[in-house]
Amino acid sequence: MSDIEARVKEIVVEQLGVNADEVTADASFIDDLGADSLDTVELVMALEEAFECEIPDEEAEKITTVKEAVSYINAHQS
Amino acid sequence: MSKRRVVVTGLGAVTPVGVTVKESWENIVAGKSGVAPLTLFDVSEFSVRFGASVKDFDVTTVIPKKDAKKMDTFIHYGIAAAKEAIEDSGLVVTDENAERIGVAIGSGIGGLPGIESGYDSYLNGGPRKISPFFVPSNIINMISGNLSIMYGMKGPNTAIVTACSTGTHCISSAGRMIQYGDADVMIAGGAEMATSKTGLGGFAAARALSTRNDDPAAASRPWDKDRDGFVLGDGAGVIVLEEYEHAVKRGATIYAELVGSGMSSDAYHMTSPSEGGEGAARCMVNALKDAGLNPEDIDYINAHGTSTPAGDAAETQAIKTALGHSANDVAISSTKSMIGHLLGAAGGVEAVFSLLAIRDQVAPPTINLDNQDENCDLDYVPNTARQMKVDVAMSNSFGFGGTNGTVIFKKLS
Repeated sequence: MSDIEARVKEIVVEQLGVNADEVTADASFIDDLGADSLDTVELVMALEEAFECEIPDEEAEKITTVKEAVSYINAHQS
Repeated sequence: MSKRRVVVTGLGAVTPVGVTVKESWENIVAGKSGVAPLTLFDVSEFSVRFGASVKDFDVTTVIPKKDAKKMDTFIHYGIAAAKEAIEDSGLVVTDENAERIGVAIGSGIGGLPGIESGYDSYLNGGPRKISPFFVPSNIINMISGNLSIMYGMKGPNTAIVTACSTGTHCISSAGRMIQYGDADVMIAGGAEMATSKTGLGGFAAARALSTRNDDPAAASRPWDKDRDGFVLGDGAGVIVLEEYEHAVKRGATIYAELVGSGMSSDAYHMTSPSEGGEGAARCMVNALKDAGLNPEDIDYINAHGTSTPAGDAAETQAIKTALGHSANDVAISSTKSMIGHLLGAAGGVEAVFSLLAIRDQVAPPTINLDNQDENCDLDYVPNTARQMKVDVAMSNSFGFGGTNGTVIFKKLS
């Protein structure tokens, strides 16, 4: 697991109040981890904060799993 | 049409002297103060550096952590008190009764600490840093909202906001909803957590607060010569109101009947009471009229009694006007002498104490009443609780904006 992936999982556990073992790379924030639309907005804010980046709304909507978050961050980190 | 009768079947409280009804009431009857230096933030630059905070409250015993972080502290207190009241009542929400059970729990100010920290996020990071939960975690009706979701209660869902009369108005309005037939059960009361930077600073700027920084426990001293303002307090008080037949049918324990409620407006000043407590007097008279009771029927009054120079004198005058000669025979106390002023929660907590006064046949004391003001010459149950007949108890709340509320509870005969 990359450092980025580990950090993303940690944030998901914290933000969504779920157990670490539920947070697999493909787990859907909404369908598998019980998040609602407001939770996902806050989750993206936490990712922006942690990785010092800005995720535009239209991109944020496409981030629905850990894997998608990691690939976005890998592609956009300075 | 004869009115449907409304009784109280459950009590819940989170106060500066206890996180349950039992703990709070034991300390209130014992005359213990919950006022102390404030430690929630750096108060060194404030003119008032003490208050009545809730101690040893662990929200995760009441609400899962994931949900709790989407609610400001006043909602935590409100839900904790409501849960205790519902459990105390033994009420179970089912598919059959859900639409007949509602909630009316308000707050005077709401999520002031949350609004402050949300605004800090904006100042530090711009609009993108404002949380999507900023609004729903701070708005006043979210105690009622969250509680209805937690329990599946599908009846009325409201939250009246009338400053320091909030709790009392929520209870009286909820009682009317049951009388009128909108619901069979209402969870009603108030909650507050406003000992934040702007809450403390704002009330201090209005010169409403005691500045007795060297002796916080003696600061709330209603009707005493040396009173100099109120003490800001936090907490929640919630009761379960139920239609009488409904309560009897399920074998519920009944604390007392809500026999009357009154309201009035001073139409006078933003923060000062009207001359001679004229508005407050009309409020008490309206409640007596609604209850069909006479002044001599009132055994005990849980007064508004905030420990402000003007307010305590005005309420004394108002009680004399409303009760006439009977004012000299009624036991009056201010439990704010121990827990400070809980603003929108005051009426909720004080309803709980009034109901327990009836249950235990005891008038709680007014502490710190060492030298009674000569303009305040009634029986305020000074310093020690009094075992006495309490069949009828009145509870007063008066708020900024000249908004007044009175409720009367009567022991079931």
